[in-house]
Amino acid sequence: MKRLFTMTVATCALMATSALADGHCAAGKTLADGKFTIATGNPAYFPWVMDDAPESGKGFEAAVAYAVAGEMGFAAEDVVWVRSSFDEAIQPGAKNFDVNMQQYSITPERDEVVDFSAPYYTAPMAVLVSPGATDTAPTLAALKGLKWGAVGSTTAVAKLGDVVKPDSDLLLYGDNADVNAAMSANQIDAALFDLPTALFLSAVMIEGSKVIGQFPADEGDNPDQFGMLMEEGNPLKACVDAAITAITDNGTLAAIEAEWLQSTTGVPLIK
Amino acid sequence: MSEQKAAGMTRRAIFEQKQRRRATLIAASSTAIVVLALVVLIPMAPGWEKVQKSFFNGAVLAKSFPKLLEAFKINIMIFAWSAPAIAVLGLLIALARDAKSPALFPLRIFGAAFTDVFRGVPVILTVYLIGFGIPGLGLPRPWNSPYIWGSLALILTYSAYVAEIFRSGIDSVHHSQRAAALSLGLSERQAMRDVILPQAVRNVVPSQMNMLIALQKDVSLLSFIGPVEIFRQAGVFKSLLANFTPYVGAAIIFLIVTIPATRYADYLMARQTRERR
Repeated sequence: MKRLFTMTVATCALMATSALADGHCAAGKTLADGKFTIATGNPAYFPWVMDDAPESGKGFEAAVAYAVAGEMGFAAEDVVWVRSSFDEAIQPGAKNFDVNMQQYSITPERDEVVDFSAPYYTAPMAVLVSPGATDTAPTLAALKGLKWGAVGSTTAVAKLGDVVKPDSDLLLYGDNADVNAAMSANQIDAALFDLPTALFLSAVMIEGSKVIGQFPADEGDNPDQFGMLMEEGNPLKACVDAAITAITDNGTLAAIEAEWLQSTTGVPLIK
Repeated sequence: MSEQKAAGMTRRAIFEQKQRRRATLIAASSTAIVVLALVVLIPMAPGWEKVQKSFFNGAVLAKSFPKLLEAFKINIMIFAWSAPAIAVLGLLIALARDAKSPALFPLRIFGAAFTDVFRGVPVILTVYLIGFGIPGLGLPRPWNSPYIWGSLALILTYSAYVAEIFRSGIDSVHHSQRAAALSLGLSERQAMRDVILPQAVRNVVPSQMNMLIALQKDVSLLSFIGPVEIFRQAGVFKSLLANFTPYVGAAIIFLIVTIPATRYADYLMARQTRERR
C-alpha cells in the first residue's frame, strides 16, 4: 500500500515536471527539475578541482562534470554544485546530490550500498616518499622497510595491507593535509595516493618529496577506477553511464585528461 | 484478622506488599509496551531496511569485529600509560595552585595558567598542535612518534581537569584540620601529606572515576594524528565496505568497558553519600 502511494506520487511528479527536452533520458530524474546537482569534496583538491572552485569547470573532475552534464542535455548554468563528505555519500536515506564526484574508487562492497557510474578515470596508485627517503628503490622489497602512512578512507589502505605488507604498523590520517603534516614531521617515510594526487603533493605541498614509483594499473584483482557515486537504484545511472561512454568514445575524456592531469609516464613501475 | 496474624503480617505490611506488587506490575507492563512499540514501530519506518543494512549489518560486524578488538589494544595501551601520568601531574598542579607561601606565588600563577589553557582548548586541537607541531621541530625517530606526543596532549589536557578535581577535594577538607595539624607540631608539608591529602583524595575518587571513563573514550582522538586505534580501524572498514556497522561494533566494545566502569563509579558515589550522612 505504502509503495503504491509512493509510486503514485512519483508518477505525478514525473508528469508534472518536464522542463528538459521531451524524450531526454534525464528528464524528471534529477533532484531539482532541469538542474543537475553534483557533489564534490570539501575542500576539493587539485588537480581534480582547481582552487576549490568547481563552478569554473577547471580541474579534471570539474571539466568531466561539465562534459557529462552537457552530454546529458544540461547547460553549464544548470549544473549545481554542493559539498559532501564520504560519510554523507554512503549514509542511508535521501541524498542532496544527483551524482557525487570525488575520486571514488569503485569497489564491489561499496557498490552494494550505492551505485557507481561507468568509470571516468583509471588511477594507478603511486608512492610518495619524504625528503629523507627519496633514494629508495622502486621495488616491493625496499618499500616494505619504510614507515607507511595513508588516508584512512581510501583504497590505499587495502592496497598497502594486501600488496606492500610493510614491516612496521601503518599510520592513518583523515585527509591529504594530515598526511602532509605527518610527512613534514618525519613521522612517516612514504604514503600511497592515486598518481595525480601524489604528483601534486610532491610538486606543490611537500618540499623535497618525490614520487618514486607507481603500481601497474592492472595489479591485483581490481584496478582503482573512479566512478561517480549515486544513490542506490538511482534511475539517472543509465543516462550518466551513456554520457560517460559517449565522451569516452568521442575522445573528449582523453582530451580533458591530457589537459588537467600530468603525463604519468615518467614515473617508474614498481617491481 | 487472626488469619493475617498467622501469616505473620500486619495489615499495613499486607497493604504495602500489594502496593509493591502493583508498582512492579505497572513498571513491567509499561516497559513491555515501550519495548514493543520500538520493536514494532521502528521497522515500519520506510527507511528501516536501508538503515538496518548500513548500521546493523551482521555480516559486516562479524567481518570487522576481530580487527576492531585487535585495534582496541592500542587504546588500552595508550590509556594505561596516560592515566598514571595524569594522576601524578594533576596532583602536582593542584598542589602548585594551593601553595601558601608568598615566595611560591609564581607556582600558583603557573598552575592557574596551566588549567586555564588546557581546559579551555578543545582536546583535538591540543592533540593536533602537539602531535604534529613538536615532532615538526625536527626530532629524530623514535622521539617524534605520534604515540608519545599524542599521549602528552591527552596528559596535559586531562591533568588540567584532574587538578581542578583534586583542588576541590583539598578545599573540601575543613581548614581547621590543617590548623589542628600545625598546632600539633606538623610542618605544612606533613599536614598536607598526612592529614589533608588522604581525606581529599578519598573525597574525589568517584569524580576521578568519571575522568577515567572520559579519558578512555578520548584516547580515540589520537587517531587523527596517525595511530590506527579502534576508531580509525572502524573508519577504514566503513570506507572500504561503505557501511557504518563497524562504528556500531566499536561502540559495543567501548560499552563493554565503560558500562562496568560507570556502574562502579556510581557505586562509589552512592557509598560516599551514605558515609557522609
